[in-house]
Amino acid sequence: MTAASLTGADPQTKVPLKRRLKQAERARQIKALALVLPLLLFLLFTFAGPIAGMLWRAVDDREVRQVLPQTIAALASWDGKDLPDEKTYAALASDILAARTAGTIAIAAKRLNYALNGFRTILTSTARNLKAMPDTGTAKETLGKINPAWRERTTWTTIKDAGGPVTGFYLLAALDLTRNADGAIVAAPADQAIYRDIFARTFLISLGVTALCLILGFPVAYLLAALPPGQSNLLMIFVLLPFWTSLLVRTCAWIVLLQSQGIVNDSLHWLGIIDAPLRLIYNRFGVCVAMTHVLLPFMILPLYSSMKAISPAYMRAAASLGAPPLTAFLRIYLPQTLPGIGAGSLLVFILALGYYITPALVGGAADQMISYFIALYTTETANWGLASALGAVLLLATILLALVYGRLVQGQQVTGGMKN
Amino acid sequence: MEGTPIVPPPLVRFSGIQKTYDGEHLVVKNLDLDIRKGEFITLLGPSGSGKTTTLMMLAGFEVPTQGEIYLSDRPIKNMPPHKRDIGMVFQNYALFPHLTIAENVAFPLSVRKISKAEVQDRVKAALRMIKLETLAHRRPGQLSGGQQQRVALARALVFNPQLVLMDEPLGALDKRLREQMQLEIKQLHETMGITVVYVTHDQSEALTMSDRIAVFNDGIVQQIDKPSALYEQPVNSFVAHFIGENNVLAGTVETVEKDYCRVALAGGGAVTARAVNVSGAGASTSLSVRPERIALVPDGASSDGSNRLPARVQNTIYLGDHALAVLDVAGNCEFMVKLQPGTHDGLRHGESVFVTFRPEDCLALDPV
Repeated sequence: MTAASLTGADPQTKVPLKRRLKQAERARQIKALALVLPLLLFLLFTFAGPIAGMLWRAVDDREVRQVLPQTIAALASWDGKDLPDEKTYAALASDILAARTAGTIAIAAKRLNYALNGFRTILTSTARNLKAMPDTGTAKETLGKINPAWRERTTWTTIKDAGGPVTGFYLLAALDLTRNADGAIVAAPADQAIYRDIFARTFLISLGVTALCLILGFPVAYLLAALPPGQSNLLMIFVLLPFWTSLLVRTCAWIVLLQSQGIVNDSLHWLGIIDAPLRLIYNRFGVCVAMTHVLLPFMILPLYSSMKAISPAYMRAAASLGAPPLTAFLRIYLPQTLPGIGAGSLLVFILALGYYITPALVGGAADQMISYFIALYTTETANWGLASALGAVLLLATILLALVYGRLVQGQQVTGGMKN
Repeated sequence: MEGTPIVPPPLVRFSGIQKTYDGEHLVVKNLDLDIRKGEFITLLGPSGSGKTTTLMMLAGFEVPTQGEIYLSDRPIKNMPPHKRDIGMVFQNYALFPHLTIAENVAFPLSVRKISKAEVQDRVKAALRMIKLETLAHRRPGQLSGGQQQRVALARALVFNPQLVLMDEPLGALDKRLREQMQLEIKQLHETMGITVVYVTHDQSEALTMSDRIAVFNDGIVQQIDKPSALYEQPVNSFVAHFIGENNVLAGTVETVEKDYCRVALAGGGAVTARAVNVSGAGASTSLSVRPERIALVPDGASSDGSNRLPARVQNTIYLGDHALAVLDVAGNCEFMVKLQPGTHDGLRHGESVFVTFRPEDCLALDPV
């Protein structure tokens, strides 16, 4: 009887109670929202917004449309089988004359040159030689005379493909794919197909660095969790010390250490182990060493927090139940650190994927990772579309990894230290 | 069967065991202790008395600084814990959180490389024993404290160890559950015939379950005996005070005659007491009288040779099945007398009465 009245079995009282609960909750939710609002707005303007903008640039394709609007409009009805009609040639001539006056011809030339090597020359030479609007009916002939490329179908399909307003061109290029004249997706020509290799290299370096961090970090984290508080605090300071110096300084320190006249080579030479200096830097080895050093704390801290939550009683219990130390470690300790291993590995791997400065400083040409190329396209060649597309592919891969990790952890249902 | 002249060799023998952690202070001072096969022995004592250290040395998690421990006549001082074949139940159960209940119970069997089918059978039997078959596929975190305790018990018993150690296993449970588990553990001990070494600081738990109790204090075993003997015949003041309720009266021995002595109380008056732990006439002593062995009487004249002392009522405490009268007797103002409910309802604060107890219920022990 009392139990029934306590659980609100009476429908008359149930509804107002629910409403009251909601009201009470709403006030709390509003307060909570107000507390996080400043950060939320900050992130929106400085993080979410720019990322969305960059992602949009990966498919945005309005440069040619802005410079050659009449041509794009005329090409809309072109079937792409034969050369376009006279009207389209006239539109192009008119567009080029207008663009030359406005000084915007280079914008379209740059974009079209991405799709077809040499298009810049076609467009600029045409702009230079086209004195005035050709007479009615002679546009096709005039343009063909200025540059024979206007008599080829591919020239026109290139313009039509670049007509926008959105394109898969950059994303395809980021995956070493392209569209042929018929619009089918095919492998890019060998001289342009570099990004799959770079992605593979990026993932390989990140994987290697993650593995190195795990191998080096696990014993340290174990020590941190097992030592008495005084010693463990001291050790923790050593682990955190790198955080207090700049990334650039730490990377440059490795250059000093590893160069051919550096401390490592000199010491080895002095000890008589080597005769000629080893090549330790500006190659894959240097990149892995420097990145592992920089990223090690990101592995140690999650590991430590998961190990700290494992009571020593578990290992004692395992021993008392007859498990030799190695068995107890493998079957009792290690599984309980899995959430920490997962979190640390994911953190290090994702950070490593986006690494730029360290490989740029201590790596050779063959060790540059994807962010180097993203930076190259943004700052050097101003090919923002391709830079954005590469970034988008990287972001997608990272998100997929995070999702897979989340699924794994959920399936595991381990009550370790990483619950919060 | 009792009284058989052939005494079987003890299962465990502690021989001259000493243990220090810091090299200055001995946590366990010269321990000699025999544990018989099949018995339920409790190591009882306040915290810091060395009982848990003793248990840990037996389990193999601590190494004795001096002395040797024998298990079935084999020295085990330097044997690692996993080779000792001793089951252990920990204070906070120490169930492996990433394994299910069935996997937890199967763990000691699977590390012994027992065939899958047999493991399955024995796990099933063990879970049936603790009545948790239906929860076999839950994880420890989804179980209540009492259920986790049972699983820990099953896990420590499933591989038929020659010895089971329990380190305050019921400390985290509430009172009612604790009492129920005490009976269950006792029953398991009797039906399975296992040898149990149990550590607790709760004297009522020790009295309920044990065949024998070793009372620890300050790194020394004060007394090892049956629960009733510990209660009735404590050898010193510590044991008398630690086991059960106890009234203490300080005094000086006047005369000793055979087993009895005459003691002049520091707070005035004199009583006859059993001389248990007194060195002789003139020595100071501390008397111990159990509250239930004392009666309240209206006048001070004794006819049967029992002790009588004047008392002043301080307070009465109602406890359901009985009541306690708190009295001021010979300078001890917390002198407890156990009363049958309803017999002394009229006691008022400040009222003068007399307490009476027989000489054999009053023990003269070492001074506190």
